[in-house]
Amino acid sequence: MSTPVATTKPAEPGTTLIEDSTCTFCGCVCDDIDITVKDNHIVDAKRACVLGKAWFYNHHADDRPSCLIEGQPASVEAGVERAARILTDAKYPIIYGLSDTTSEAQRVAVGIGDTIGGTVDTTTSVCHGPSGMAFQGVGEVTCTLGEIANRGDLIIFWGGNPAESHPRHFTKYSLMPKGMFVPNGRKDRTAVGVDVRKTKTAKAMDLFFQIKPRADFEALWTLRALAKGIDIDPEQVKSDTGIELARWQDLMDRMKAAKFGVILFGMGLTMTRGKHLNSEALLCLVRDMNAYTRFVAKPMRGHGNVTGADNVVTWQTGYPFGVNMSRGYPRFNPGEYTTSDTLARGEADAALLIACDPMANFSQPARERLMAIPYIALDPKDTPTTRAATVAFTTATYGINTPGTVYRMDDVPIFLRPAFPSSHPSDFDVLSAIQRRVTELKK
Amino acid sequence: MSSGFFKVAGGTVYDPVHGINGERRDIWIRDGKIVDAPPAPDVRPDKTIDASGLVVMPGGVDMHCHIAGPKVNSARKMRPEDKRKAEKVVRTAGTRSGTMGSVPSTFATGYKYAGMGYTTAFDAAIPPLAARHVHEEFEDTPCIDKGFFVLMGNNHFVMQSIQRKEPERLRSFIAWLLGAAKGYTPKIVNPGGVEVWKQLPSGNVHGLDENVEHFGVTARQIIEQVARAVEELRLPHSVHLHCNNLGMPGNWRTTLETMKTFGDSRGHLSHIQFHSYGGGDADETTFNSKAKELVEYVDAHPNLTVDVGQVLFGETTTMTADGPLGYYLSNAFKSKWFSSDTEMESGCGIAPIEYKNTSLVHSLQWAIGLEWYLLAKDPWRVVMSTDHPNGGSFLAYPQIIQLLMDRTYRHDMLKQVHPAVLERSTLGDLTREYSLYEICIITRSGPARILGLPNKGHLGPGADADITIYTPNDDKTKMFEMPRAVIKSGVLIVDQGEIREPLTGKLLYVAPEYDRGIESDVADWFEKYYSIRFRNYQVPLEYLHGAEEIPTT
Amino acid sequence: MSERFILIPGRTSKQGCGVSEGKFDESYQHEINTLQVAPADMKRMGLANGDRVRVTTESGRQIDVAVAAATGDELPPGLLFIAYGDLSSRLMDGETHGSGMPTSKGFDVTMEKV
Repeated sequence: MSTPVATTKPAEPGTTLIEDSTCTFCGCVCDDIDITVKDNHIVDAKRACVLGKAWFYNHHADDRPSCLIEGQPASVEAGVERAARILTDAKYPIIYGLSDTTSEAQRVAVGIGDTIGGTVDTTTSVCHGPSGMAFQGVGEVTCTLGEIANRGDLIIFWGGNPAESHPRHFTKYSLMPKGMFVPNGRKDRTAVGVDVRKTKTAKAMDLFFQIKPRADFEALWTLRALAKGIDIDPEQVKSDTGIELARWQDLMDRMKAAKFGVILFGMGLTMTRGKHLNSEALLCLVRDMNAYTRFVAKPMRGHGNVTGADNVVTWQTGYPFGVNMSRGYPRFNPGEYTTSDTLARGEADAALLIACDPMANFSQPARERLMAIPYIALDPKDTPTTRAATVAFTTATYGINTPGTVYRMDDVPIFLRPAFPSSHPSDFDVLSAIQRRVTELKK
Repeated sequence: MSSGFFKVAGGTVYDPVHGINGERRDIWIRDGKIVDAPPAPDVRPDKTIDASGLVVMPGGVDMHCHIAGPKVNSARKMRPEDKRKAEKVVRTAGTRSGTMGSVPSTFATGYKYAGMGYTTAFDAAIPPLAARHVHEEFEDTPCIDKGFFVLMGNNHFVMQSIQRKEPERLRSFIAWLLGAAKGYTPKIVNPGGVEVWKQLPSGNVHGLDENVEHFGVTARQIIEQVARAVEELRLPHSVHLHCNNLGMPGNWRTTLETMKTFGDSRGHLSHIQFHSYGGGDADETTFNSKAKELVEYVDAHPNLTVDVGQVLFGETTTMTADGPLGYYLSNAFKSKWFSSDTEMESGCGIAPIEYKNTSLVHSLQWAIGLEWYLLAKDPWRVVMSTDHPNGGSFLAYPQIIQLLMDRTYRHDMLKQVHPAVLERSTLGDLTREYSLYEICIITRSGPARILGLPNKGHLGPGADADITIYTPNDDKTKMFEMPRAVIKSGVLIVDQGEIREPLTGKLLYVAPEYDRGIESDVADWFEKYYSIRFRNYQVPLEYLHGAEEIPTT
Repeated sequence: MSERFILIPGRTSKQGCGVSEGKFDESYQHEINTLQVAPADMKRMGLANGDRVRVTTESGRQIDVAVAAATGDELPPGLLFIAYGDLSSRLMDGETHGSGMPTSKGFDVTMEKV
């Protein structure tokens, strides 16, 4: 592990200033946060949004035990031993989570999966996994966020609410920046929202399409037809989508007139009826548009390093999520090896959960299974998942206490500049210790 | 009492750098390096491999492949179907599992290269914004030493410096950028073309003198200026270039013009096969080979080197920093298509492809690659590659070796391809057969020399102890597919096809001197246009595990 | 009186902040335990802020939750919104239809005052 490069240019006596620090709360991964640290508390986070401030101000040194076994404080070594036994005794161990930890830690986690012949899945499967599946079917036309800042003149937000989920996105990347080919910033851009509710995001748009719930597939295919000049029935369009054909036509005219169009899309597509078919429709639409003008699509990734999880699992196994290694080599099948399923169907008999909270976020059948099996949880915070774990590790917070690499939503790798050390071990430390022990046990 | 020596005894050694052509020799190794035999005759090696009757060569050097980074990883992600029926890479006590197909996973990539006797590989095209990603994947690519080329041919700062006619600024920037990314040399891909693609639908550059809007430069200027800067910086490897108009009928003229553009500067033209086509007007039916004309030019100009980019029949994945090319291919083959534009720096296009021996174009592509090897007079300047995976997998190198060494095998294959190959190329007339010595040059000694790696590609004292031992076989594919043993940095890593010690391998990079004054200019540019902070862009040396700087000359 | 609605769980700033502040803290708990209803629907069903309702999915999963009127015209009539959390999770089925993703938005539900 390499050491962080932190500048110390004291702002006031007794404080440390760390410039160009990285916030890993959401997929924006802003790397321009100037943090002031006093007594192992972050007291200022310049440029951080409301989510970023909450992130920085609420991760301080604490004296919670680094390890609990069945709710009782224990040494980390004892926790590692118990964890290793749980994983090696299991017939169908699963490893899940990984979206809020460094790629260095993710790499170890996949290695554990390999050693124990387990199933490795990440929070992608309940986030943009369907978009990943769509991408496997049709491909994707995309770009890094700086391209949007420098060229994007028609920005469409579909099925997401970045004003609340990615608060600096508009300012930093998609609407406000004065870019090379968009020198007047917001004035040079048209912002379009498509959603079922008039969210904070909708209010920031120039045009808003309030579509019927569960009609994204129909709306996207309407646009595809309009792009190709195919005749469609206005009555059907209005009935299916809740929006008049003429409005969709106007949108398509604007899309064709744009120099660099962008569609940023969220869970409104992946989590509703159609799932990967919705994402696929959007990716195909964007692909089609490239015959007329430059157009890109970007899934809005929610967590600081869920993109890293996709990348790490892919380069090590060949597949991005839902990877089973029970036979000694990687196999991929969403729906079969993804965690919502391996839990809800009662297949998993042990779990290693890293930087995730399925006890809060998963379906009832999945949570019931999790309650019934031994599992290990790693998290800096006290969560429903850590409270019910057989072995719970309190780990150092990535980016605040630990260095490492994360991948922004557009796959740009960014290094973390930690603010102060933690008394807790990092995910990397704990996972490495578990890896060593399971390797010994498997010999 | 350990002497620290390791000996490879009595092998039939090929070391073209030292003119050794199949002579019975001993090789002594100590501390990961090849050393002179110990003068004292009573010094015994701790370990000896009896290589009598076996062929011994330096470890293979792949100077142009795509094995790491965002483009490669997107291709892996995009093609689960490519892996289902492919060979399974099963984990063992000492090795990780993985997947194959045309874009293997990282551990599998390392094991397979090593298993074939390759000990060094360079990724040909990385946008520096993604450098950390490459370094991470490299750490998970065991057994081989690695490096990568840094995309610069559509870099905004580069184009601006050229437009402003400020060669010192350009030179300083290139030096800074190489050190920032820990890369190896500037890579130019479709200069100007990718920027035009970002600006216009189906945008591209079709000739060396077309103006790139907004930047006011031409491909010719980009090539000339960057090549000159590389010479002034005395980088170990020349500028590495993927010419404009890849794949287009008639593109040989662009290629020839490009070759002339180098003047006296060194220049390496990659996957030259894809740039050797006669014919015209984007009409595939006129497609024919101009390999002979281009080979003649390269033969007469010792400043130029090429790698071939051999096509082999079968399914594979095209992946390139040439964004518009990816679009073109996906439309031509109606396949899925991935494209990603990296701000300020480059583009990327990925599309699956199947090369068929029933296709006139594919058969000609296959033939043209072979023509390059067989017509070239100087094997030191024509390197074996498939532009993995664009023309085919690196696992096909043994087959290419057989095609070059065995003209009967070659002619049998020629009978299976599209008959027009006989009229439209010279392959049917070529009877040359490569010797083992020449194979050694085009797969290790030549690329090592072209890359400017003083400790690779030979077996003299001071070389890294990267050694491959082959069992001779008339079936050259079999011979080169399964070496008897592979030694890397003095450690036996492969023994009869099994990985014994998957060590990590080093990162090879350059860090040329530059005028520090450029940094404030670059920082300003970052502030204005980049979405990442200047201070977070550079890869510090401490980030890497095991790196070796190759000095400028 | 039970009426049919479509339920949309989603992210909110408060819920996001709560993840950092602590999932057992009041602010987060309040945010994820509040169901937003369009003002017109509130009025028609005789609901006031803080009243409790029972929400039942087509497959019979059920939660009891306090309601609050959505601001202005943010929520169209017929739609309900709740921040991601334990309650929204309780309504998800285990079935992912071979996609790995359980249906997490756009549930057909009935809602009645309790």
